[in-house]
Amino acid sequence: MLADKDRIFTNVYGFQPWNLDAARKRGDWDNTKDLIGKGQDAIIDEVKASGLRGRGGAGFPTGMKWSFMPKESKDGRPSFLAINADESEPGSCKDREIIRHDPHKLIEGALIAGYAMRARAAYIYIRGEYIREAETLQSAIDEAYDAGLIGKNSSGSGYDFDVFMHRGAGAYICGEETAMIESLEGKKGQPRLKPPFPAGAGLYGCPTTVNNVESIAVIPTILRRGASWFSSFGRENNHGTKLFQISGHVEKPCVVEEAMSIPFRELIEKHAGGVRGGWDNLLAVIPGGSSVPLVPAAQIMDAPMDFDGLKELGSGLGTAAVIVMDKSTDIVRAISRISYFYKHESCGQCTPCREGTGWMWRVMERLRVGESTPAEIDMLYEVTKQVEGHTICALGDAAAWPIQGLLKHFRPELERRIAERENAMPEAAE
Amino acid sequence: MAARNIAPDTPELRERWGSFSFTDANREKADWHIRKYPEGRSRSAVMPLLDLAQRQVGAETDTQGWLPLPVIEYVAEYLSLPVIRVLEVATFYTMYNLVPVGEFHVQVCGTTPCMLRGSDDILEACYARGMKKGHTTDDGLWTLTEVECMGNCATAPMVQINDDNYEDLTTERFDKVLDALAAGETPKAGTQEPGRHTSEPSGGPTTLTAMVDANHDYRSEW
Repeated sequence: MLADKDRIFTNVYGFQPWNLDAARKRGDWDNTKDLIGKGQDAIIDEVKASGLRGRGGAGFPTGMKWSFMPKESKDGRPSFLAINADESEPGSCKDREIIRHDPHKLIEGALIAGYAMRARAAYIYIRGEYIREAETLQSAIDEAYDAGLIGKNSSGSGYDFDVFMHRGAGAYICGEETAMIESLEGKKGQPRLKPPFPAGAGLYGCPTTVNNVESIAVIPTILRRGASWFSSFGRENNHGTKLFQISGHVEKPCVVEEAMSIPFRELIEKHAGGVRGGWDNLLAVIPGGSSVPLVPAAQIMDAPMDFDGLKELGSGLGTAAVIVMDKSTDIVRAISRISYFYKHESCGQCTPCREGTGWMWRVMERLRVGESTPAEIDMLYEVTKQVEGHTICALGDAAAWPIQGLLKHFRPELERRIAERENAMPEAAE
Repeated sequence: MAARNIAPDTPELRERWGSFSFTDANREKADWHIRKYPEGRSRSAVMPLLDLAQRQVGAETDTQGWLPLPVIEYVAEYLSLPVIRVLEVATFYTMYNLVPVGEFHVQVCGTTPCMLRGSDDILEACYARGMKKGHTTDDGLWTLTEVECMGNCATAPMVQINDDNYEDLTTERFDKVLDALAAGETPKAGTQEPGRHTSEPSGGPTTLTAMVDANHDYRSEW
């Protein structure tokens, strides 16, 4: 188990105040000027060496992402850092804890990351429903300005850097980086075609990098303790510590920071009090938030919780939002509810997603009660394949994958429901 | 996609809201929001301004607030934008109420993590009080909406009512919250589970126990 001294978010549960004074006593904003003094390239190299992969779901190497930003502006356009605090992936509730209990880690990280990528300012895009969290974050930003930590000559570094907060208003799609940029510009959050990539033309047409809250908030600690400290946790290519969010049918749902690659069983036993009704009662797990396919109990029990380990199981780490389902779960309903979520959140721009998410949900609802045929299960699979990969952003994929996971692992259950309904209504089947 | 339609544009609506303008305090806030964005990019402030406008309507009507068309037009004028540019934003984002709501907007999360922990029971408790999804009760107290994942999954099931979250709900705990609100009281927000602080495992944290009673600095152990 990860030692407490190696946890980055020491106030994750908010037992202590979030304010600047308390945060400083925990080590935040400690000589930030010297961290900046390492220089842009050295910071990016350190982040690369730490093995940090983006914590927002896709797992792209953070240091490499920063290195795509222009080193100098040839045409006078400024660069921007956009921080994705639009945490809306079902199962995910980690950025909320950072924002409301350890906001200064995020703000200090924003300054250092912004400096490293030569950005003029950071916009933190926080989901609209995080109302109290946004109040805390804005107060923390104000504190940082008042103390001279950000703004003109931030932390005495000679670098001018602003941090602004922008509240969303209830649209999951704004967690997609180009939709977020559209929303920051005051438009509907509909994703843009890539290319151009944000690092070339993002917010206001300027070079922009979009990073998740957790990716940014771990940066100051990585720089203070060194890349080799961070990379000492987790397996090769999956380094670091990670906030896991455990929900569903465990005895004690919780958010906890652990080392990457921790085995699933250990994570649940140590922190969540075990599976409700014991391990024999485990049915399936959605290990990374609603977008990733479910994994049946037998396959996940001893799997390492990291990007590559879960990819090998045909799923993914995503945001490390672990949704546990025991044998009392109506698994078809659980996935159908996710289908409804994607139908609700489709931005409507691409036809396969706009029409497909509703179609898939309606079929899922009929499958839930067995009002279908085995041939229609095949058709549903075909449709998921027609949505997947045929839309501007990944929401179409995210809507397809949970259903594909269900069909892959629980097809006998779907067929059982169809047969049961036919048997109950013989005349209707004829 | 969520179907979102605006309230009909009637003479009564014009009569009631046609002269809407920000209070001095809100004008100050609006201008503060606009200054967050670069010169010439005031369009970026449309979302915070719509939120301010909705809250002002709420304050004037003793509800959570909503966005009548004349108010949307006011925001468009404030930012020198065509009305359609503001209207399309107001209809796209679900937190902008397009029709009047009650004093308390009861938003029950029904997405899978909450569903697994009993959000069905929470919805039943709402129905038992005469609430109906998408409607406001006759006494104007409650508007019920089933919402999508609110990001409180480790303290599920949860309900957001106006600006506060109530987490770790059971039917009994939820009823207590609603009773308190109806009586004009301010119930404790956050987890409703006795002894639980936030998202630590119930019964006490398995990690960072030194933080419970003191603002522990771990750096000396590095």
